[in-house]
Amino acid sequence: MSARHLNLLGLALVGIIGLAVMWLTPRFAELDTVLDLTVYMIMAILALSLALIWGYGGILCFGQSAFFGLGAYTYAIAMFNMGESTVPLLLAIVLPAAFAALLGYFMFYGRISDVYLGVITLTVTLILFNSVNSTAGPEFHIGAARLGGFNGIPGIPPLNWPFNKTAPIDLEGMFYLSTGALLLTYFGLRLLLASQFGRIIVGIRENERRAELLGYDPRAYKLATFTIGGALAGFAGCLFANWGNFVSPTIFGLAQSAQIIIWVIVGGRGTLIGPVIGCIGIQWLSAALGANQPSGSSDFWSKIFANAPLILGVILIAFVLLVPKGLVPTLGDLGQMLLNGRRERKQRGLAPQQAE
Amino acid sequence: MDLVALLAIQVLYAIASLALISVGLAIIFGMMRVINLAHGEFLMLGGYAAIVATSHGISIWLSMLVVAPIVVGIIGVVVERTIIRFLYGRMIDTMLATWGLSLLLVGLTTAIFGNTTVGISAPLGSIQIGAYRTSAYTLFVIAVAVVTLGAIFAVMRWTRLGLIARGTMQNANMAAALGVNPPRVYAVTFGVGAALSGLAGAVLAPVSGVFPTIGVAYVAKSFITVIGGGAAILSGTVSASALFGAINQIATFVTTPVFGEVALLAAAIVLIRLLPQGITGRFFRRGL
Repeated sequence: MSARHLNLLGLALVGIIGLAVMWLTPRFAELDTVLDLTVYMIMAILALSLALIWGYGGILCFGQSAFFGLGAYTYAIAMFNMGESTVPLLLAIVLPAAFAALLGYFMFYGRISDVYLGVITLTVTLILFNSVNSTAGPEFHIGAARLGGFNGIPGIPPLNWPFNKTAPIDLEGMFYLSTGALLLTYFGLRLLLASQFGRIIVGIRENERRAELLGYDPRAYKLATFTIGGALAGFAGCLFANWGNFVSPTIFGLAQSAQIIIWVIVGGRGTLIGPVIGCIGIQWLSAALGANQPSGSSDFWSKIFANAPLILGVILIAFVLLVPKGLVPTLGDLGQMLLNGRRERKQRGLAPQQAE
Repeated sequence: MDLVALLAIQVLYAIASLALISVGLAIIFGMMRVINLAHGEFLMLGGYAAIVATSHGISIWLSMLVVAPIVVGIIGVVVERTIIRFLYGRMIDTMLATWGLSLLLVGLTTAIFGNTTVGISAPLGSIQIGAYRTSAYTLFVIAVAVVTLGAIFAVMRWTRLGLIARGTMQNANMAAALGVNPPRVYAVTFGVGAALSGLAGAVLAPVSGVFPTIGVAYVAKSFITVIGGGAAILSGTVSASALFGAINQIATFVTTPVFGEVALLAAAIVLIRLLPQGITGRFFRRGL
């Protein structure tokens, strides 16, 4: 079986499994399982946004939660002011994308190296956290929406059918929407990465100087990748604000940023299915350990959340030291080794050594 | 006039505390090119070490200036031997592993000490400046910063240890060829950096109190100070602290403390855009 066939088989498998989950879950599972799965799907979209910009674009962004939180807050604020969700949904995508574009302009056109890039994105996230956290007073409001500071914004109205205020989307509808959006994002990104644009950003990740000498401007391509990632994260944030009807500044927090990075590391950089698996697996694990509720929770959860850092920290250290490529690529390598084992053993003595 | 004097003291204090919390990180980053994202947690551990030692009856000065640096220094060496040394030359992986370490330490301290703020009252009372009163402890923090930076300068400039450290920093292979053992130098450096962080965390503990997630408040500020400062450890830290500390304190004075922090972070982003190599990449190049 050639690589092309394997690729098509994988795509078909993802599609079938995705559609099966989407169709079967609400019919056979309890409502609270459906709710849990909804947030897994939303977070998986967030994981995909970082998988694109880090795994394929090679841009280490420690502040993906900034765009996520910005999307959630934008949706909440716009919703209180407009009461109809079509425009707020679009704003929640456009505004984080614009913010990503502005930040990306500073970083990529300043030709800041990888490591500093990580620190700057981290700093921006902290700025947002600090600023939003301190807006508790009634004097901080945008239109009809009070920002609420560390208390967050409760009671966010749910999404409705486009331009129809009287038809809000119910909990099951949210599940269909999130799962559908995740599948669309996955296949959309696969398409994007198979296009010329995708080839070029991977080329830039592998060797920026060479890509530049071949006539591609890495700054512009990185900026575009970063902006797409920001838009995706904002969209996930919008869905998340819908899911809990609540946002709070912890959505910008370091724990949230760390989680996104961990999903991608555990699943594997340079794959799309890896981060999705990593995201769902880690969230399921944390929930099973009773230690985690994704950010944006009240007092009760913040007490329990106190143990999540410990688990996440251990997972992060273990993967960096022991499985640096992540689960999916490592398993892929193992499978490849098993498949090719016999053939390679036969050919080893004869094969010419590859030149460096 | 009194107000000007008071403001001057506060600006100096902002600069001194920035320099204190950054210098440990600057040494680790400058010498080893390791970005230690668990830096904030080293400061936090310093604070806890001082508070625990004080509550066991050790004098507050001894626990701040001796116990805390030793405890955190030992933790630093252990971390270097168990995690960091496998990752030299892999900058991004070091960042990720130390981030994991940071989460781990936060989780551990929360489990041990609980998620509450503990504090020790600042010794030394207050002093009178004309119509205003300010805490004398502020002056003590400034003095500690000056002495610490002076000591680092003296060690780096005039001792054999400093010579070896600077040599390894410039060219590790050449130093190894001359009989220096770079892994040992790295372990010691990491320990010294951690010890200085522990000292800073302990000295600032009476001002801010200590809680498990306090590292977050420190880490961004110390990072941008180190990166804003650039490659030279001492002159970089001092110049960047002076710039950012002044901006922070003046913005705080004019508006609110939160906006002061935002101004500091925003100034840092602009500075890195203008001077990607940091201040010492352009000015004070021959500094230490």
